[in-house]
Amino acid sequence: MPEFIDGNEAIARGAIDAGCDFFAGYPITPATSILLHLARELPKTGGIVLQGEDEIASMGFCIGAAMSGKRVMTATSGPGISLYSENIGFAIMGEVPMVIVDVQRMGPSTGAATTGAQGDIQFLRWGTSGGYPVIVLAPTTVEECYTLTLRAFDLSERFRVPVFLATDKETSLTKTMANIPPQDAPQVRERATAPAGEDFVPYRLENLSQVPAMSPFGGPHTLRFTTSSHDEEAYLTKDEQAIDRLNRHLAAKIEEHVEEISHVKADLQKGAETLLVSYGITARAMVEAGNRARKAGKRVSMLTVYSLWPIPGKAIRQAMDGVKRVVVAELNLGQYRREIQSLASDRQEVIGVHRVDGKLISPSQILKEGGLA
Amino acid sequence: MTTFKMDTYLNEEKMPYPFCPGCGHHTILDSLNEALVKLQLDPQEVVIVTDIGCTGLSDKYFVTNAFHGLHGRSVTYATGIKMARPELTVIVLIGDGGCGIGGHHLLNAARRNIGVNVFVFNNFNYGMTGGEHSITSPLDSVTTTTRYGHIERPLDLCATADISGANFVARASSFDKDLPDIVAKVIQHEGFSLLDIWELCTAYYVPNNRFGRKDIEATLESLNLEKGVLKADDRPEFSHLYRERVAGGEGEKKVTPPTKLKPRYENSLGRQKSFLIAGAAGTKIGSAGTLFSQGGILAGLHATQRNDYPVTIKTRHSIAEVILSREEIYFTGVEKPDVMFVLFPEGLNKSRDRIARLTEDDLLVINANLPKVETKAKTWALDFKPIRRWGRKKEYWALMAIAAYLREYGTYPLDALIEAINLKPQYAKDNLAAVEASVELG
Ligand SMILES: Cc1ncc(C[n+]2csc(CCOP(=O)(O)OP(=O)(O)O)c2C)c(N)n1
Ligand code: SF4
Ligand SMILES: [Mg+2]
Repeated sequence: MPEFIDGNEAIARGAIDAGCDFFAGYPITPATSILLHLARELPKTGGIVLQGEDEIASMGFCIGAAMSGKRVMTATSGPGISLYSENIGFAIMGEVPMVIVDVQRMGPSTGAATTGAQGDIQFLRWGTSGGYPVIVLAPTTVEECYTLTLRAFDLSERFRVPVFLATDKETSLTKTMANIPPQDAPQVRERATAPAGEDFVPYRLENLSQVPAMSPFGGPHTLRFTTSSHDEEAYLTKDEQAIDRLNRHLAAKIEEHVEEISHVKADLQKGAETLLVSYGITARAMVEAGNRARKAGKRVSMLTVYSLWPIPGKAIRQAMDGVKRVVVAELNLGQYRREIQSLASDRQEVIGVHRVDGKLISPSQILKEGGLA
Repeated sequence: MTTFKMDTYLNEEKMPYPFCPGCGHHTILDSLNEALVKLQLDPQEVVIVTDIGCTGLSDKYFVTNAFHGLHGRSVTYATGIKMARPELTVIVLIGDGGCGIGGHHLLNAARRNIGVNVFVFNNFNYGMTGGEHSITSPLDSVTTTTRYGHIERPLDLCATADISGANFVARASSFDKDLPDIVAKVIQHEGFSLLDIWELCTAYYVPNNRFGRKDIEATLESLNLEKGVLKADDRPEFSHLYRERVAGGEGEKKVTPPTKLKPRYENSLGRQKSFLIAGAAGTKIGSAGTLFSQGGILAGLHATQRNDYPVTIKTRHSIAEVILSREEIYFTGVEKPDVMFVLFPEGLNKSRDRIARLTEDDLLVINANLPKVETKAKTWALDFKPIRRWGRKKEYWALMAIAAYLREYGTYPLDALIEAINLKPQYAKDNLAAVEASVELG
């Protein structure tokens, strides 16, 4: 049955329904209402919510709790992601399952707190040292804020990696009619844990793309966990082979499972010369623009990308197949366009539709700049 | 329960320690081991969280659980672990460097009184990176970054922990015979505990300052600092307090049920319409927009609402943009509203550009007491002032204007709006009365 709620409430409820039992965060517009909602509701389910003294502490609490068996989430905006950076690297290195919500606002720096943007798309992928992969999902509606939160938790358990939910001020704070839970709400898997009574080697792998089972602090095994390059027993190591294996594993466990993570919506039209591509809030304007163009008798295809990272290259290439022009609409100066460009053939023109004044990209702007007006 | 007898908590396979000859870290770790042997804690119930630096290499040598984290952040991980598993003994091994970069966490952990045991390996400089000064380097000391003598004052870690609210505070030197005893006391005490252990970095601080064991005592004396237990309080430990006061165990209470809206009214909306409600802070613009939208959903429509107000929310304008549609609404921005409700000067000022864009097909519902505005739109002036009892209750005008609009122009029946109002019984009485009084708006 319908409700009238905003994206942040849908994210908070998604987290509770996903079995999240630990949240820590630091207030920042436009992400604060996730913290407020959970601070009120999560303790009722026995869960823990802490307001850290800053974003660094909040991430630290989450990592400590995740390694002690909790299902954890944190939420912030660009300036907070900046402070998360070092701990994001730690979560990648130690293979910590966690969900990080980035309700994007206008940057750089403090920027404009109450103004939406999609300026963190490359930052989320490359925002920590080393350059190892993470997963980034971007909802376009309130319902998707809910379902992709569940999906984010599921993927974080599956791959033991921080999974980002990249929303923005508009998706997070615009109230919309929504059905929660929607019929297609995904299942969240249980954490794979090492059986009691058997020897436990925290990072033992049969092959590079495998994801090792966990065992929490206070559980049936003694656990070692480290931010340093480590061997399979989690002892700091300088052994070149062990380090090489660890680093290749961190990449392979994501990159060899792109198809499993890949999530797009392709609405393709036969004979279309133009493909519209977008994500997040701007995908909604794109769909409206595509619908208007079709009503006006034009042939046009549309692609909404939900899993921004790793790049769902196969699905994007399929959608691009045969079109002359690809129009990428986003609230930044072309951060995802450059990824699409790298997938295009020499004969395909890639056009960016951008806006960085805080206003939304409108369907008319997409039609005009995309050559469909 | 498993019974065990631990003769040592050191991992003999990994020994010896990696520290320079004479480095104080040796004795501190030996003392920690002795204290653990004395306390006979289950190694699986002990987590040693190490910071960075030479100190940070320590966890490898113990058979307990180990967590090696980022520089200065060890106390935050320890807090997360203790919150998740209050029954565990959580030990933090941190250098004076870590206490500097992570000072904020130290203060707040002490203030919360989270039950972690912090052992500071205080050698007055950064050992691992090459002997740079730290927050505890004494005045006039020579370090690799204070070649001309240190002119910053050292921080008294014990006093800082004490004043921040730590339950247990003590100071020692790595040369003290009773170090294992005091370490054991720290571990046994509930709540946040800190032991500041003064020691030697034989690679840097010692040669740079011709500093030795005796100088530790002399420095303490010159600064008027005492050793031993400085504070033993019994404030409740945070992870236990949290369970007592905030989260009372597994799913004891139900989460707040969502407000479901079952469509059961007709509507007469043609194409998608956008509405802009422009008012001032404190005039319930957002709530009126939500009730209007919820009424629409109850009448089978799709609805979206965006609010715009300054971050200092009790000042200036408050604007709500509502879109109603028979179909799913993709683009939630409003390129040009179809209907504007302009109720207060602040809202008027903020929405002049949009008034200017209105066409002959649009409607401007405006408070009759606002200054005249030029517009192509059809104008409907509403005068709230003369309505008895409501003429001064500005916070109901937006709702009254919406009710009047629904009466005059339709979209959906007033009953749907009334049902939306009744969803929040605590405000319903006044809201319903306002809707009733809106009849007088004409
Ligand atoms: C964020 C960050 N900045 C700087 C460093 C480099 N670094 C490594 S150890 C260290 C100083 C450690 O000094 P201390 O905590 O006193 O430990 P000690 O080596 O003296 O035992 C620094 C600054 C780091 N690892 N991380
Ligand atoms: S550099 Fe200093 S702190 Fe590090 S091991 Fe050597 S003496 Fe100890
Ligand atoms: Mg030091």
